[in-house]
Amino acid sequence: MTLTASDLRNLVLAALALAVCALLPFGGSGYWLGIGVTIVMFTALATSWALFSGPTHYISLATAAFFGVGTYVTGLGFEVLPFWSLIGIAGLIGAVLAALVGFATLRLSGVYFVIFTLGLAELVRQVITWGQNMTGQRGLYVLTDITEAGIYWWLLGLSAAVYLGGWLIGRSRLGFALRIIGDDETVAAHSGINTAFAKVMLFMVPGAVAAMTGAILAPRYVYIEPSLAFAPILSFQVVIMALLGGASRLWGPLVGVIPFTLLLESISSNFPNQTTLVLGVAFLVIVYFLPRGFVGLLEDARGGLRKRAGGMA
Amino acid sequence: MQRRPFLKLATALAVAGTIAGAASADTIRIGAVAPKTGGLAGGAAVTQWPTIALWVDQVNADGGLTVDGEKMMIELIEYDDQTNPGETIKAVQRLATQDEAHFIIAPYGTGLNLAAAPIFARYGYPQIAVSAITDQQPELSAQFPDMFFTLGTTSALAEDAVKILTDMREAGQLGNKIAMVNVADAFGIELATVARERFAEAGFELVYDTSYPLGTQDLSPVMKAAKAAEPDAFVAWSYPPDTFALTEQAIIEDLDVQAFYTAVATPFPAYGARFGAAANGNLGAGGVNPDSEAFQAYATAHQEVTGVAPDSWASATTYASLEILQQSIEAVGLDRAAVADHIRATTFETVLGPMSFANNNSNEAFWTVGQWQDGVYRGVAARGRDGAAEVQLKDGWGSDS
Amino acid sequence: MDILITGLLLGGTYALIAVGLNLQYGVARIMNLANGEMLVAGGFVAFWLYTAGQTSPLLTVFLVAPVAFALNWLIYRFMLQPLVKRSKTRGQLETDSILATFGLSFVGVGLMLAAFGGDYFSYSFLAVPVEIFGDSYGANRVASFVAAVVICGALYLWLNQSRAGLAIRAVATAPASARLVGIDVRHLAAIAFALGGAVTAVGGALISTYLTLDASTGVVFTLKALIIVIMGGVGDVRGTILAALLLGIVETAVASLIDPGLTLAAAYILFLGVLLFRPQGLFGKAPT
Repeated sequence: MTLTASDLRNLVLAALALAVCALLPFGGSGYWLGIGVTIVMFTALATSWALFSGPTHYISLATAAFFGVGTYVTGLGFEVLPFWSLIGIAGLIGAVLAALVGFATLRLSGVYFVIFTLGLAELVRQVITWGQNMTGQRGLYVLTDITEAGIYWWLLGLSAAVYLGGWLIGRSRLGFALRIIGDDETVAAHSGINTAFAKVMLFMVPGAVAAMTGAILAPRYVYIEPSLAFAPILSFQVVIMALLGGASRLWGPLVGVIPFTLLLESISSNFPNQTTLVLGVAFLVIVYFLPRGFVGLLEDARGGLRKRAGGMA
Repeated sequence: MQRRPFLKLATALAVAGTIAGAASADTIRIGAVAPKTGGLAGGAAVTQWPTIALWVDQVNADGGLTVDGEKMMIELIEYDDQTNPGETIKAVQRLATQDEAHFIIAPYGTGLNLAAAPIFARYGYPQIAVSAITDQQPELSAQFPDMFFTLGTTSALAEDAVKILTDMREAGQLGNKIAMVNVADAFGIELATVARERFAEAGFELVYDTSYPLGTQDLSPVMKAAKAAEPDAFVAWSYPPDTFALTEQAIIEDLDVQAFYTAVATPFPAYGARFGAAANGNLGAGGVNPDSEAFQAYATAHQEVTGVAPDSWASATTYASLEILQQSIEAVGLDRAAVADHIRATTFETVLGPMSFANNNSNEAFWTVGQWQDGVYRGVAARGRDGAAEVQLKDGWGSDS
Repeated sequence: MDILITGLLLGGTYALIAVGLNLQYGVARIMNLANGEMLVAGGFVAFWLYTAGQTSPLLTVFLVAPVAFALNWLIYRFMLQPLVKRSKTRGQLETDSILATFGLSFVGVGLMLAAFGGDYFSYSFLAVPVEIFGDSYGANRVASFVAAVVICGALYLWLNQSRAGLAIRAVATAPASARLVGIDVRHLAAIAFALGGAVTAVGGALISTYLTLDASTGVVFTLKALIIVIMGGVGDVRGTILAALLLGIVETAVASLIDPGLTLAAAYILFLGVLLFRPQGLFGKAPT
């Protein structure tokens, strides 16, 4: 693997951006820190989601299942094990779970896969609920001294890892194979690519990341119960942010997550009684006027600039 | 070409979001976060929002809160948390840091109250929780010293229901066989676990004991199986939609029991309105003394201002929590730490009677069981409250009428 | 026997929830995530007319159906058709329609919230027992089951016997070829979408007689409908009905024989199992 000059420049820029982001908790505003947590959380979730769904065009609604499992790992283990090890365990469980799901669902295509993953998330929630009832266990109280800033840094580190992972995958044989699969699966199979293996490998990434995100966020929720930890809305939010950004680029989901979080925030603070209504309208506006997501918008803008620059020269 | 208007809109919204905090000095900003949408919206729309609206209306009609000798009007800032703990956290943070709210009314629901507790604690806001029933009050108040509990504990709720059935059995009104079901959710599980032990201690026989998932659409198999077990009493630790569904199925199956108990939403006006005579004799979680003058005045005002009736349990407790907040502010001013200390140290006169938080920040006088009696929901068991009505025997479902 | 009847009654409910979505997705190719909101809206109209004027929900459906038909036709014509036109591939349309109807469902919840508040709407209608083979069942459930049979039967006959039905099935199977033989695909897709919406709203009106709804419960029904439609196979009414009944019976059997706590888990296991062995659903065509 060789690094070109522009690769190096990008890496340095990314490291700088990361360092700047890491300073947010010192800004002193709990409000912006809270929004920062939301942004990095969805950045990790949506970017890892797009790593799988971008090239394969499979829309997975299983995020909530992995996320919920992760919160439960922390909820059950935070008194016995150190926090960092719980995140690792959650990631491991998430990856294994994703591999199992991946093997089971390879035959499904299109909308069948979408709804299958949704059903899966609900099934996991039902089984955990029932297990709780059988053991007479209540909701879990996660009373720790982990601060919001700590959670923010963990999530930021996770997001950085996702980016690094995505960048490496993009340069690897696996990434190359996936791009061929995305273009035409039959061609990929004929050219000797083990499509099943490639897809399962990749599906493990969002599974692990979502579980780790859940594990990191559990202390923030203080109280965990299945209806909160496995809320299906999370899966939809991730899909929507990733698609709004554009799943075809590594940085696509990020440009969906940031404006979407800010938009959501300003809507909920300015229209407290009509939050849902205004949100829906804003949503429709985006879908109709930004058909290619924010990536499309930015690329158009860049194309326009270039054209203008060319005209001037 | 199409992207410009959108960009403008986004910028406008973002700017509006950041400057919304400014407000004039002679008003007192009170924040409120609770579900308007999502799973708990139906309950919050009965118990939480109308009572808040009533309180603000009354205080402002009166010229405002008296703070250090001056009247300050209340400016209410409401947010919908969509029954999502992440949103609750964000909204409380926004209230504390952007809106610079002077005080924040506690959220709705156990999970959402607990999710918000660290934020309340970090910014030093007292949190007078109402719809948060738990046995963890000592631990929680140790972790969050300015968090207060008003509605009682899980154990008390379950124990008193068991006690009522025990008393009925001692009086020869009730046999020994209980059918018990619970919604498989933290709340239902917690109650069922306590009740299971207490029923065993009291020598009852649980002839049917099962759970059903949240969101079950058909409870008739549950009711059929319960009926087949031939219980003398039926107890359900249920949530609003299933409270309605179980009662309806019991009517359809003509479940022949001497006591019928469903938990949350039994004290809702909609329950009495829907089931009419068939509701008569049904027991439920929590209660009030509907004959007390204070409650009647509250209920009348509630009806007048919001156009709907309050429920007969947590509505009045929510109102009491606001009275406590009001009395504390008027006593010590806008200093939040002083208000929290005042709450800890004082016995308040509320719509429900005296209320104090001496032990573990917990109010220890609360209603635990109520019953529909001739169209009115009356408290029949309480801890430290007077005016409990006599329990009546469940006498059929009024289907012959 | 008891389990079978209870299961069938529940299955009827599920059919009411899902048949409309099948029409919308199978024919008009719109994965309508706002389906549940249409259902709740139908339920609200029934509630409102019943509490305000004691109008029987069984009559209300005759008002709800045409209104919902018109409303859904407008939604399709003005909101979704532009998406259909602009999308170049099936996948693109799927993504766009997921996003658009997701937004639409928020608008739906918001409008209902603004109009009726967040309170539960619950009323008692026909909550009296009916005896069938010696066991009692709720008359409201039986009534809605009968209505479900009538609606599904009529739909099935219409799709299979009438010319319009034939054309609609042609669109469902092969939209491109349907155009070649002179079928107005756009017009028919709009009709199918509107019809699906009308069926869903009628279902909501009937279901509100025994389920407690509020403005934001729609999503619960959307999820259920999606699962039933996919299990049955997209684009085939028979599949949806069969899947709905199967689901009803399995849930009831598990609740009665094993543990009510496992009903929903069993439902999802059934769903996942069906997809694993028949990836295109019970009646679906294998993807090409």
